[in-house]
Amino acid sequence: MITLRVNDKAYKVDVDPETPLLWVLREQLGLTGTKYSCGIAECGACTVHIDGEPVLSCITTIEDVSGQDITTIEGLQGWIADSLREGWINEDVSQCGYCQPGQIMTAAALLESNPHPNDDDINNAMSGVYCRCGTYPEIRKAIHHASSVSSVSSVSWGVDHEKK
Amino acid sequence: MKKNKVDKGRRRFLKFGVMGSAGLVMAVYFGTGGEKTKKAFEIWNKDSSILAPNAWISIDSTGIVTVRVNHSELGQGITTALPMIIAEELEADWSRIRFEIAPAEAVYKNPAFNSQLTAASTSVKTSWDILRKAGAAVREMLIAAAASTWNVNVSECRAEKGAVIHTTSGQRLEFGKLAGRASRLPVPKKVVLKNPDEFKIIGQPLKRLDSSSKFNGSAVFGIDVKLPGLLTATVIHPPVFNARVKLFDSDTIKNMKGIRHVLEIDNGIAVVADSFWQAKNGADTLKIEWTHNEIKDLDSEKLLKRWGELSNKEGKTIHEQGNPKEALANSSKEIKAVYELPYQAHATAEPMNCTAYIHKGICDVWAPTQNQDAAQEMAARITGLKYENINIHTPFVGGGFGRRIAVDYVAEAVQIAKMIKAPVKVIWTREEDMTNDFYRPANTNVIKAGLNEQGFPVTWSHRIVGPDHMAHMLPRLLPSFLPYWIPRSLRDLVSGIANRVLPGVIPGKKISEGASHIPYAIENINVDYVEDDPGIPLGFWRSVAFSHNTFVVESFIDEIAAAAEKDPFKLRLKLLEGKPRMQNVLKLAAEKTGWTNENTNGLSRGIAFLDFHGTILCFIAEVTVSPKGHVKVQRVICAVDCGIVINPQIVKSQISGGIVFGLTATLKSSITVRKGRIVESNFDDFPLLRIDEMPVVDVHMVKSAQPPTGIGESAVPLIAPAVTNAVFAATGKRIRRIPIDNQTLIMR
Ligand code: FES
Ligand code: FES
Repeated sequence: MITLRVNDKAYKVDVDPETPLLWVLREQLGLTGTKYSCGIAECGACTVHIDGEPVLSCITTIEDVSGQDITTIEGLQGWIADSLREGWINEDVSQCGYCQPGQIMTAAALLESNPHPNDDDINNAMSGVYCRCGTYPEIRKAIHHASSVSSVSSVSWGVDHEKK
Repeated sequence: MKKNKVDKGRRRFLKFGVMGSAGLVMAVYFGTGGEKTKKAFEIWNKDSSILAPNAWISIDSTGIVTVRVNHSELGQGITTALPMIIAEELEADWSRIRFEIAPAEAVYKNPAFNSQLTAASTSVKTSWDILRKAGAAVREMLIAAAASTWNVNVSECRAEKGAVIHTTSGQRLEFGKLAGRASRLPVPKKVVLKNPDEFKIIGQPLKRLDSSSKFNGSAVFGIDVKLPGLLTATVIHPPVFNARVKLFDSDTIKNMKGIRHVLEIDNGIAVVADSFWQAKNGADTLKIEWTHNEIKDLDSEKLLKRWGELSNKEGKTIHEQGNPKEALANSSKEIKAVYELPYQAHATAEPMNCTAYIHKGICDVWAPTQNQDAAQEMAARITGLKYENINIHTPFVGGGFGRRIAVDYVAEAVQIAKMIKAPVKVIWTREEDMTNDFYRPANTNVIKAGLNEQGFPVTWSHRIVGPDHMAHMLPRLLPSFLPYWIPRSLRDLVSGIANRVLPGVIPGKKISEGASHIPYAIENINVDYVEDDPGIPLGFWRSVAFSHNTFVVESFIDEIAAAAEKDPFKLRLKLLEGKPRMQNVLKLAAEKTGWTNENTNGLSRGIAFLDFHGTILCFIAEVTVSPKGHVKVQRVICAVDCGIVINPQIVKSQISGGIVFGLTATLKSSITVRKGRIVESNFDDFPLLRIDEMPVVDVHMVKSAQPPTGIGESAVPLIAPAVTNAVFAATGKRIRRIPIDNQTLIMR
């Protein structure tokens, strides 16, 4: 039995400890928002947060993250999440949508470390997440949008990793 | 197991969760021996408070309008565009519009193919008329219901934003309140459609209806389908073309945790387990012996050599006008070039997968597919069930690009479900996905032109050497194009004959699309085709033959301009004389770029033009080439005339998305073959374009009152020639093979 803490909930799972977190999230916990696309750390579709940092769940075994705080797209909350949502809806980013959970999780981590990214910052942070549909221009605009929304608010913001 | 029609109705009723009595479902089937065809009123299960007089629209008593979309949502925005067309004529309140993907039924066939198929950018084009009329008819019924409620004349009433208003008194009744009464009225046979300048919804950048579920991870793609007791399978396909399983030793993995079955199926070996990771580990460990492990001469480099030699042969004439040979002999200058295009993979973000469950004589299939009819036909053939006992559910699809027109993954899921008598989801690994695609064909093109003294082309000849994708796809799909009433035995017979006969007769026509009828006024033309098919499976790749032919044609027009020392924009403009709609698009792109302006801010420009099934586009790419030969596309200016624009934001994103798709093929990745095996297997050796490589894309749409044409594929063919023509402007080097090899551009 391995204990996992995902989106502020504790789970006990009985699987091979070498199983990638991705498949445990998807199959054991039913959290299918996190996507499989390459399985070899090349595309970013499987990005989740572990203790607030973006991590590729397809190459992360569950024994490595047991006890740590895991956030998936389903559990992304807080000001950054809200402003990203606004940006994503406003720019109508999604096409097929399959890569988008990975894009959003990566963008959320970017905004947390850098609330006002410029285009180069966005390139650096986001270039590991592929979009075969080519939504890159909209992703860029949506991140800028989110960053501008966040900045007008004086309320303390950030992804709610603290709320346990 | 025999199922009667009322039972089927009851199942549908449960499936859609609509309140009412199944007894209301009436059945009129025609055709004997074959499959049923449903009438509009059988498609929905409804009670008397629901208005659903046609296959497209259902309005419940709360005023929610549900639109059935008969196409798959692949990301192209069809679940927003088609509801917008209906909402416009219906005078609906956009905030109350919902959509659902239609089940496989005859009424939902795409008229372009007589098959329920999302392909060839036909969805809006073919739905335009049908959906407008459907929306207008329901609007008229609601108006009539309101008029009779108020006891006034219909001419005193109008519909607006989801309600009917009595113009003189200002009384107002919401659609939901009228639905029940309207459902008892006759469906009008003739309707008046709105004038395009009265459009309030069409033409607006309305937000996509599928957006929010795709933001929070709740959107259900095929790979996300959940069922009680669901097992997961992964399939190992032959590593070499046409190899079959010789031996496999299931004992070695049987005792691994979670492994339930190891099965030989038509396409390879399936490992079924409690979860995907267990299945994949089993598949990785399993020892399989194949009938052969290499095909010595099946090699990309060898193919290029062979096609080079074959290009000296006279081909099958595809299009001829004037007297090209004589004109060439009489021309004052002759130019010739050879262009080589590689195989390409679709590499959809979501790998191939499908879920199937056969229970109590019913086969349910959750297929992320572009082709519901082929999925249904495949399931019927494998299970022996009738269409009426097969339910095709289409979840969101993580990219199609033509890959999901084939239904090989459906066949696997249904076959496995039948063998193990349990619900099963088949998931391919990325490696299986990339090495078992139906690829965009590779080919070699020899192209010649003769110029007159003024430097204008008077003759043009283009020879294509290579395989034709249609010879692979048509035999596979043919049974699904047949009308439902054709019985199983005849279907199978037709399919058998098609498999033997078609590959011999069809090659040439489709592979030359985009080459055989170029828009330019050149008097003498010859396009011919030399068939050579090495057997690598082929399919439709976003924009299909245009994806290679437009590169050849638009590059070569540029070569002509260079040889004649003409401006490539002005040459095209001249060759399009008498075609004002096309010239207009060309001029718009040039104007927005400032083409005639000498100052290009250090950027080099390349132009390309295309008439893609009636969608007219011109791209101008601005690039820089570093001394190390690195090509950076800085900006692409796009002018497009696609008739009436339903949603400008969707048009923009389809164009920039098509540019990304095409740039991956222009700058980064292709499929190569070595000894009968596909070399590339994942995104490490088939990298995609990244956000930091993304150019700025400016899209300019021509305002038009013409019916809409397609947009989903049209950008893909243009980006390669626009970029390589710009590279020529920058370096003087002509790129005749893509992806661009940076080594050839290093400045020495
Ligand atoms: S699935 Fe993890 S990086 Fe691609
Ligand atoms: S939206 Fe389809 S892969 Fe990104």
